[in-house]
Amino acid sequence: MELLSGADMLIRSLQDEGIEYIYGYPGGAALHIYDALFRQDKVKHILVRHEQAAVHMADGYARATGKPGTVLVTSGPGATNTITGIATAFMDSIPMVVLCGQVASTLIGEDAFQETDMIGVSRPVVKHNLSVRHPEEIPEVIRKAYYIASTGRPGPVVVDIPKDMTTPNERFEYVFPKKIKLRSYNPAIRGHAGQIKKAVDMLMAAKRPIIYAGGGVVLGKASDQLTELVRMLGYPITNTLMGIGCYPASDKQHLGWLGMHGTYESNMAMHHSDLILCVGARFDDRVTNATEKFCPGARIVHIDIDPASISKTIDADVPIVGPVDAVLKEMITLVKESKDKPDADAIASWWKQIDEWRAFHGMRYENSGDTIKPQEVIETLCRLTNGEAYVTSDVGQHQMFAAQYYKFDKPNRWINSGGLGTMGFGLPAAMGVKLTHPDDEVLCITGEGSIQMNIQELSTCKQYNLPVKIINLNNQALGMVKQWQDMNYESRHSQSYMESLPDFIKLAEAYGHVGVRIDRKEDLEAKLKEVLAMKDELVFVDIYVDRFEHVYPMQVARGSMKDMWLSKTERV
Amino acid sequence: MRRIISVLLENEPGALSRVVGLFSQRNYNIETLTVAPTEDETLSRLTVTTTGSDKVIEQITKQLNKLIEVVKLVDLTEGSHIERELMLVKLKTTGSQRAEIKRTVDIFRGQIVDVTSSVYTVQLAGDSEKLDGFIQAVGTSGVLEVVRTGVSGIARGEKVLSL
Repeated sequence: MELLSGADMLIRSLQDEGIEYIYGYPGGAALHIYDALFRQDKVKHILVRHEQAAVHMADGYARATGKPGTVLVTSGPGATNTITGIATAFMDSIPMVVLCGQVASTLIGEDAFQETDMIGVSRPVVKHNLSVRHPEEIPEVIRKAYYIASTGRPGPVVVDIPKDMTTPNERFEYVFPKKIKLRSYNPAIRGHAGQIKKAVDMLMAAKRPIIYAGGGVVLGKASDQLTELVRMLGYPITNTLMGIGCYPASDKQHLGWLGMHGTYESNMAMHHSDLILCVGARFDDRVTNATEKFCPGARIVHIDIDPASISKTIDADVPIVGPVDAVLKEMITLVKESKDKPDADAIASWWKQIDEWRAFHGMRYENSGDTIKPQEVIETLCRLTNGEAYVTSDVGQHQMFAAQYYKFDKPNRWINSGGLGTMGFGLPAAMGVKLTHPDDEVLCITGEGSIQMNIQELSTCKQYNLPVKIINLNNQALGMVKQWQDMNYESRHSQSYMESLPDFIKLAEAYGHVGVRIDRKEDLEAKLKEVLAMKDELVFVDIYVDRFEHVYPMQVARGSMKDMWLSKTERV
Repeated sequence: MRRIISVLLENEPGALSRVVGLFSQRNYNIETLTVAPTEDETLSRLTVTTTGSDKVIEQITKQLNKLIEVVKLVDLTEGSHIERELMLVKLKTTGSQRAEIKRTVDIFRGQIVDVTSSVYTVQLAGDSEKLDGFIQAVGTSGVLEVVRTGVSGIARGEKVLSL
């Protein structure tokens, strides 16, 4: 029988769970745990400079590796600082366990120093949260937390640990449960065979089909199955912002991504389709535009692991609840066995129509003049990194440009806060990726607004040697806010202009990194090459881009999917 | 449309707040809510009455099912069912009113469970409409205090909500 203190049990459970990294910040209520951490070397701890960054870092790690991230913070402010990060992970269904210290159980409810009801505060933004009530429970609670976080529709799980659960001199028997079974939690492991058959029949009969794939394909590790099915059918595919990389962007069947800033051809094809096969996406408002005008002629097959995502905003004709990989695999088998074949003539004329849409506009931007265009920066980076980099982004115009002009052929490489839209996400997320992918190029595409929301992490990058490349598309304004003000508020730029920007070069240097400024169009490619050649340095690249550029296409508010601005003057 | 959703919930601290939180967080209505442990002490049974379109009700049941601590649930209004609510009413009763009130209580098959010289406390069980009907019949002017438990319900026949 092995006797351990609660703190040692916690760390031991993390080891037994196979956790490599914890991102965190110590404090009073977590000190027993930090001491246990000190006395071992299997689980490595990364000390951030602000708890929000710890969560984004764990998030970036989870998105790039597909494994749950782990965060450790103290009670009170340590815990509340994680909320934005947790909400970010929750909206994008990222598996994560956040371990929070808490004041001793005897003090709970007495407004003790650094006491916050973290279970209550986090409740609306977690998949689940758990409290430790006895030290002996710790291994089971930890096992349960990771099990819930990483199965079904993944999400963040908070574990609240009162300080007296980790007291060093109180030891209990350590038993790490082999299996967890919860009578009230049984995620689907396969889809309904009858529904899948029905869906395949509809796919075969469709004249204007489109596949609409989402982040669920990336999270469900189903890119291979999706690609196989789509190629087998020869149908067009679009994906959401979260689904980028789930199907190779360079493939001819890929129409780009859809929605508010999606491509003209993908939005047109969605609107005019007669069958939408939705795979692991959730018809959110940034995709559908006005729901009552959504794709009037389309029947909808919706595959999702979460039944609550189905028919939430758009009614599905054929709902299929199950893991996307298993469902797609069954569909592939059925398509192979099917006596029916797709209607070749109908599909050919559908492609002809789509190719016309492609030719009509496509992704393009005006690139005359002397100023550096933000789109041009992304295209250049994509070319110089062969489209192979891990790209994290913050939120705003730069995020949309990055998603539009960097072509991802693989999943898990485009990492952004799609659901919550959290500024300050990009740098810590990039750090989480770089830590486990030291030999890969990791780019953080950001803007001078977003980067300042977690810029303190430049210090963490120094401590742990994380040579990410920060690409700051500096337009000296909160670009997306300004764009909306231009379009909807007669260019009244209320609070969207940033005066007194820091000298980012000096700032990077102050943190011990390299800073590079690019402000001349003709220098762009050469300087970016130099930057990418500095393999072992974090380089902060401050690029002065066109201050007046807007992101297009852009759906017209309250319109249908096909109502878009294609540039400042062209509206369809 | 009014619905009665009956939920088997893990009897754990915080479980109830998750259910209640879900309703406010997603802008759903709670009209009544009752909760108590069942014969299996690890489980609570919670009954909530709510209103909403079919689409909203579908979302409510799906979202409830997603809560880790929700073991099982049923929308009782989908089938035939029995619903009951208990009410205690304190009525001001003096003089000739006392006999009249007593008769009304009998008609509604209630019981007078406490008596003082000026007050009757009446206990009444039934569906919510019956309880409303009683208040109407005695007239609101004599009502000093009302306390209602909210609706509990159970399906008719062989159907049971259990593990």
